[in-house]
Amino acid sequence: MPFNLLVLFCLCYVAMLFCVAFLAERRAAEGRVRWLRSPAIYTLSLSIYCTAWTFYGAVGYAARSGLEFVTIYLGPTLVFVGWWWVLRKLVRIGRQQRVTSIADLISSRFGKSNILGVVVTLIAVIAATPYIALQLQSVTLSFAVFASGTPEGWALPNRDATAIWVAGGLALFTILFGTRNLDAKEQHHGVVLAIAVEAVVKLVALLAVGIFVVWGIAGGAQEVFARIDATQAAGWTLQPDRWIGMIAVSGAAVICLPRMFQVMVVEGGEDRHLALASWAFPAYLLLMSLFIVPIAVIGLERMPAGSNPDMFVLTLPLAEGQGGLALLAFLGGFSSATSMVIVESIALATMVSNHIVMPLWLRLAPKAAMKGDVRRIVLLARRLSIVGVLGLGYAYYRMSGGSAALAAMGLIAFAGMAQVLPVLLGGIFWRGATKAGAVAGLVTGFAVWAFTLLLPFFGPGTLLPQAVFDHGLFGLGWLRPQALFGIAGMDPLVHAIFWSAVLNTAAFCAGSLLTFPGPVERMQGAAFVNVFDADAAGPQGWARGRAEPEALLMMAQRILGEEPALALFEAEARAQGKAGYLPDATPDFVAGLERRLAGSVGAATAHAMISQIVGRATVSVEDLMAVANETAQIMEYSAQLEAQREELSRTAGALREANEKLTQLSVQKDAFLSQISHELRTPMTSIRAFSEVLTEGDLPPELVANYGRIIHDEAIRLTRLLDDLLDLSVLENGSVQLNLSLVNLQQLLDRALAAASHTRPERSFTVIRDLPAENLFLRTDGDRLVQVFINLVSNARKYCDAASPALTISVRQRAGRVHVDFTDNGTGIAKQHQAIIFEKFARLSDQHRAGGAGLGLAICREVMANLGGQVSYLPGRGGASFRVTLPLRIGRQAA
Amino acid sequence: MARRVPLFLKRRSYRQRRLRDAARLLPLVGMFLLLVPLIGAGGAGNTAGHGLYLFLVWLGLVAAAAALSAGLGSDPGDDGEADSPAPPDRPR
Amino acid sequence: MAHVVLVEDEPNIAEAIRFILSRDGCTVTALSDGMGGIEQLRSLGPDLVILDLMLPGISGLELLAAIRADRGLRGVPVMMLTAKGQGRDREAALQAGVNHFMTKPFSNTEMLAAVRGLVARRGAG
Repeated sequence: MPFNLLVLFCLCYVAMLFCVAFLAERRAAEGRVRWLRSPAIYTLSLSIYCTAWTFYGAVGYAARSGLEFVTIYLGPTLVFVGWWWVLRKLVRIGRQQRVTSIADLISSRFGKSNILGVVVTLIAVIAATPYIALQLQSVTLSFAVFASGTPEGWALPNRDATAIWVAGGLALFTILFGTRNLDAKEQHHGVVLAIAVEAVVKLVALLAVGIFVVWGIAGGAQEVFARIDATQAAGWTLQPDRWIGMIAVSGAAVICLPRMFQVMVVEGGEDRHLALASWAFPAYLLLMSLFIVPIAVIGLERMPAGSNPDMFVLTLPLAEGQGGLALLAFLGGFSSATSMVIVESIALATMVSNHIVMPLWLRLAPKAAMKGDVRRIVLLARRLSIVGVLGLGYAYYRMSGGSAALAAMGLIAFAGMAQVLPVLLGGIFWRGATKAGAVAGLVTGFAVWAFTLLLPFFGPGTLLPQAVFDHGLFGLGWLRPQALFGIAGMDPLVHAIFWSAVLNTAAFCAGSLLTFPGPVERMQGAAFVNVFDADAAGPQGWARGRAEPEALLMMAQRILGEEPALALFEAEARAQGKAGYLPDATPDFVAGLERRLAGSVGAATAHAMISQIVGRATVSVEDLMAVANETAQIMEYSAQLEAQREELSRTAGALREANEKLTQLSVQKDAFLSQISHELRTPMTSIRAFSEVLTEGDLPPELVANYGRIIHDEAIRLTRLLDDLLDLSVLENGSVQLNLSLVNLQQLLDRALAAASHTRPERSFTVIRDLPAENLFLRTDGDRLVQVFINLVSNARKYCDAASPALTISVRQRAGRVHVDFTDNGTGIAKQHQAIIFEKFARLSDQHRAGGAGLGLAICREVMANLGGQVSYLPGRGGASFRVTLPLRIGRQAA
Repeated sequence: MARRVPLFLKRRSYRQRRLRDAARLLPLVGMFLLLVPLIGAGGAGNTAGHGLYLFLVWLGLVAAAAALSAGLGSDPGDDGEADSPAPPDRPR
Repeated sequence: MAHVVLVEDEPNIAEAIRFILSRDGCTVTALSDGMGGIEQLRSLGPDLVILDLMLPGISGLELLAAIRADRGLRGVPVMMLTAKGQGRDREAALQAGVNHFMTKPFSNTEMLAAVRGLVARRGAG
């Protein structure tokens, strides 16, 4: 098959995946995620456990070592069939704490420690690098296999180029779908669905090759059995130590591998998902493994000696002239490699950006971190991390020369990532586990793994000198990398697994027993271990009332985006019985907000950012007692007291607020009468004075004309005031006649801007609009709506105190409603005034000549109520910002 | 506020508890069965026989897990379990 | 010939008062606000100051207090105008030492009589 055609074929396949992912994202954006989050999709997404290592490497492994390859799939099988309660606990913790990665989980459990996040991230990146290299290598090899049969077959040097193209393409796909948005809880529906599709493709491909080999070449199952017996090779004897060690390490890896953790916990697993996955995922593994040995045996028999057994899945069908089947197999292998790399690099990039880049940035530029656009920085960090991770994989591929057997590279990664398991399990089951213990365990395990497995892998004399192999590190005989403590003769892999597990666990336990956990650590420990208890959230570490809600809102907007943050704050304000967007910063709310932010930037960073606003996390003595005390009664009792106290203080707060409002209203009623009097008497004064003058006669005609005009103007002003008052009273009674029709929002805004341009025309005033978003049709009363717009725009023209005033009009459509935001760049409205600006005659300054009678916003409010919508002030936007919300088409009862 | 229910209230979920125990034992049974080939012939030779045996055990584990998960699926709900006095997830 | 300084932010009302008083022989200087401060008033050397109660920036009451505290202006009669018509304002103004308090709208003869009275008192004293 011509190479170019193959590349074209691959591109088509990737384009198809792209469409799948894109459609899934679109559906998710429309809120139709039920189907996307079904248990079946979840189970299929778990299949990224089977990478190119399975697809190509397993056959090679079987050809070299017989049945040993199944251990890689038996370990996960045992974990899933019986120990899914461990997974369920992980999933529950993941959802409750909004965990973004395995590093985040461990950092969060041990007191939101940044050090642990960094350690786990480093282990994950180092362990994953050979694994990613393996995927690049297998895709490159498969390209080479296909091309070598053709006359214009391309030579070996091109392989590096192929690998770099593959790495670049994967980075692009991952960036496009993995970092499109900074979702809370890091879910990527598009990627998950694409992976589910790839899972089906690789299973079908491997089964097809297997069926062809068994029934097409060998001539039936009986025949295959006979040949397996006949091929019995020397290396095929089962070795008990490797057998047990590899089942254990693969069982650990299925929990700890960053990509498995990503699909299992972070992408939103649920209990019902695990019920299906508990048997369906092992069944998937079984099917993937079923034909491995037959393919290996027939391959060994048929293929010329010296051909790479890792590629039998491709070369067998090709040798038999089954081009179509080989192409399917190629796609299967391609799917396995791409899905692994995509998810792995998303997972690693999340870790790197949340645990290394963000903390560094917070430390180096704390001012910018609290002011700047955090979302952009995080996304940029993720994109760069993805490129970095794939770059590392490529570098490793180049360094290892692309020659090592696939299976050996995979096992190194497994054993490396398994170092996280003791800390992970200890963290979720043992409240006594401490941060110091976790650091000790992880560092020990990682060091032992690197020394006994990773560095020796490159062979004596490359990274470790021959002398170290022979006489140990620093010449100490008991520090030989493949015979620690003088115990020689073990299989190197088993040796590494054994010693790293033993020393890791020992250091973790000893460290935990000897040290004392800090307050945050103890609270998180209780929350993690008792995640299934109803009140597992436990006491909160934030002191009451220190945070300024507006500051919290501004920070939340920069991390979550404006809309979600506003929605979150509005919901909380409503739950507290307050109107508007600013709830009280209760400890519960701050803790909830922290968890929400943690879903985007990780627990440690979220904690640090909130601390900058609230002040240091302070845990009261009572809280600590509640944590420390194991008896449920006392916890319950104090929780109830706390709840009552909260309730009381909330009620008191609500009363105070109501009282303030009443007082203010009474003051305002007085002011209202006095204002009406003033507004009526002022034009009256001129009218009376000049009419008396005119009555006296004997004036020059030009003065008569002049004074006549003044009387006329003032009479009109009087009429307008009466009109406004009448309008307001009609609107307030709800007896207004609406003139409903289909109107274009853009035209309405045009009209409003034109009409409002008479206000302070001498100032240059910039208006920033979003014309495409404005171009939508509404069924409402256009004239009334324009009246509101004119008011808001001329208010901005009047009061915006920026040197070069600008008004941004943004339009958004959500759930059948339209938001139109008018935001200027002035100093905005002080918090104490925000509650009264919509009241009648509520002018904030004494400059009573600045506008009309101060009825504008009151009329706006009533108009919007009549149009089935509302107008409200948006805090935390910098300048003054008003939001007009109205339904796309007005309901009958609203009219 | 959700409070814990008293001990022994959920007698009717007794069977579900035992099903869960069975599920927890399954990996141990599985591990034992998977080690049999090592003991049997000392791990030497007979790859076809061992392979057949391993895949049958594997299939058995999948079937058992499917049966158990169906039973566990009828659990009144995890929230019910969340309220139970002694969460089985506690260590030891 | 009396010099009257008028501080009134409504241009039409200011024009009306200016016309009435100047027809009667007064010199009228109209200011639209009190932002020029007490120095400006002092430099004008008025025989009578007419203040509106609600002014942008510095209110009429504040201006009045400044006049009463100023050595040069202390004796100048002050007339206060208001459209709010609340008893409270009248009391506050009288307390601050206003000589005459008038509610808008007023009749021209009433205004003229009050001004003549205040200017005459100034001349006598």
